[in-house]
Amino acid sequence: MSTPQNTPGGNPRHAKDPAQAGTPAAGTAGLRKGNGNGNGGVPLVRLVNAGKRYGAVIALHDITMEVGAREVTCVLGDNGAGKSTLIKIIAGLHQPSTGTYEVEGKAVTFDSPRQALEHGIATVYQDLAVVPLMPVWRNFFLGAEVKKGVRMNIAFMKKTCKDELLAMGIDLRDVDQPIGTLSGGERQCVAISRAVHFGAKVLILDEPTAALGVKQSGVVLKYIIQARERGLGVIFITHNPHHAYPVGDRFLLLNRGRSIGYFEKGQITRDELTGLMAGGAELEQLSHELESAGGAAADIGHVLSEEVQELGIHHEPSAGSDARISQE
Amino acid sequence: MAQTAEAPVTPPPIRDERIGRKSPLARLLARPEAGAIAGAIVIYLFFFIIAPPFRNASSFASVLYVTSTYGLMATPVALLMIGGEFDLSAGVAVTSSALCASLFAFEFTTNAWVGVLVALALSLLIGFINGWIVVKTGIPSFLVTLGTFFMLQGLNIALTQTITNQVSSPDISTLQGFSSARAVFSASWTIGGVSIRTSIVYWIVFCAIATWILLRTHLGNWIFSAGGSPASARAVGVPVARVKIGLFMAVGFMAWFTGMHTLFLFNTIQSAQGIGNEFVYIIAAVVGGCLLTGGYGSAIGAAIGALIFGMVNQGIVYAGWNPDWFTFFVGALLLGAILLNTYIRRRAEASA
Repeated sequence: MSTPQNTPGGNPRHAKDPAQAGTPAAGTAGLRKGNGNGNGGVPLVRLVNAGKRYGAVIALHDITMEVGAREVTCVLGDNGAGKSTLIKIIAGLHQPSTGTYEVEGKAVTFDSPRQALEHGIATVYQDLAVVPLMPVWRNFFLGAEVKKGVRMNIAFMKKTCKDELLAMGIDLRDVDQPIGTLSGGERQCVAISRAVHFGAKVLILDEPTAALGVKQSGVVLKYIIQARERGLGVIFITHNPHHAYPVGDRFLLLNRGRSIGYFEKGQITRDELTGLMAGGAELEQLSHELESAGGAAADIGHVLSEEVQELGIHHEPSAGSDARISQE
Repeated sequence: MAQTAEAPVTPPPIRDERIGRKSPLARLLARPEAGAIAGAIVIYLFFFIIAPPFRNASSFASVLYVTSTYGLMATPVALLMIGGEFDLSAGVAVTSSALCASLFAFEFTTNAWVGVLVALALSLLIGFINGWIVVKTGIPSFLVTLGTFFMLQGLNIALTQTITNQVSSPDISTLQGFSSARAVFSASWTIGGVSIRTSIVYWIVFCAIATWILLRTHLGNWIFSAGGSPASARAVGVPVARVKIGLFMAVGFMAWFTGMHTLFLFNTIQSAQGIGNEFVYIIAAVVGGCLLTGGYGSAIGAAIGALIFGMVNQGIVYAGWNPDWFTFFVGALLLGAILLNTYIRRRAEASA
């Protein structure tokens, strides 16, 4: 996957410390890829210091992130890290308790997913994408049927569906087959091309590769690139750094509702990303504790810290960046 | 990882070769009605051979008539089932509607049509309440409508007893507007010496409308999705709750229509009538290819399911058999249909 790695003009920028993220500098991020959004480089979607509480539970704390046109922002985190809460905020299902949510530079408050959709923010859920027993074309236009008088314009819908899928590289001979007969990857792609067709500017993909095999995951990653090439901003939620790294331009890592890092592509290697996801910082902490305990535990601690070093996930980054891991 | 992503960089267009290989017969078999059509032909031939009276046009007209009284209700019940819900109160709701119309018109000595309209309002209300409770609470419709089924059954018998001191409603044939209402709901024509009731025509018309709605309008899309995967449907903006309430009200509407047909045919209604019919409607829908779990089926299938029920119902009589065996055959048919449907759905859902 060479395209995303050598993105033209993709200068490495400093990772944003959440504390500085509100400064105007952050607003220029969209300029990196330039031409996409025709909006002076204002990011399509931006969260600034956003948090979410459910009663006493802090589900999300102080998250800052953005996605511009022709960009893929990956949100990584283990189960319970706050990924779903984050999506729900961006998708309009929930409102952030603190911080701001901006769409194309303007602060917004969405009361429903429909409002988010009207602003061009479409969410493709992992398992909610389609109705398996319904034909592909019915799924494609579900909820937004094209009508001719009272009845549906079926010929138009079938043709549009076929064409749109073809534009995404899926050549279906028969759009009348139940969508359940397609492979998991293809189903995701139907959902993605549907969102694109209905004018999405930002796609939120909720773990689109989670239930898929290696090959099918590759198919979905290809469509993420395709969506980006068509000028969309993509927010790609995953727990798999191997899926995120090749397609992503930015990476937001979450752990227990907090950001444990927000990087540009140039600031982090795949191994570092993997290490962070594997809980590198926690392993390191553990190794220090074991070492200070002395005796046999110290030996184990040494082994652990060596492993952490090898994985490249230790605290002092080798090159340059000062704020690689933004911490509270 | 890099390998994962590299594989699709040179994209051979993804073709589904299985589609090309599908024969026309396989395509026909994939339709929800397929099993029911085959079954109907077999059962028709069976009784045609063993029961000589079955061959008369007039016998077949009476088969169609019996079919239509069940088929009218099987149509909305099938739509409801495609929408993912049941209505166990559908059988007694027919009687409730007819009792309401006749008691109201008789006790207040109004025009028969006033009773008809009051009954319509009641039937729609029953449907609305069923649907509203189901979508608001998320309790399975099986339980909710089981409750309303028993409530209506009790109301039918108790209220009729209280008001008339009898087990049936009073004869309303002397009321104003009775003959015009009968002409609308329960007329019959004689064509070539064979008496045909309008309910057969209504049944076919309503079935056609339901099929059109299902296959040609966005409402049909919404019904399929509400039953097939309500969460997905909601996520793309389908008003699933309103669709389901609407379907319950459609059952209510048809319960009213069927009730009016029965009332104006016999002038009076037995208060305990209709119990058990809800299962006949559901059987017709399931035999016709509707999935119990929703999201799949057809109105035409339900009509054929009702026809199978009607043929067996009358065929046993024409064959001179003991009618006690009737429910055994219906049960066997149902079981066979469910096995077939399960097989078909597994094939339809099987992914790569």
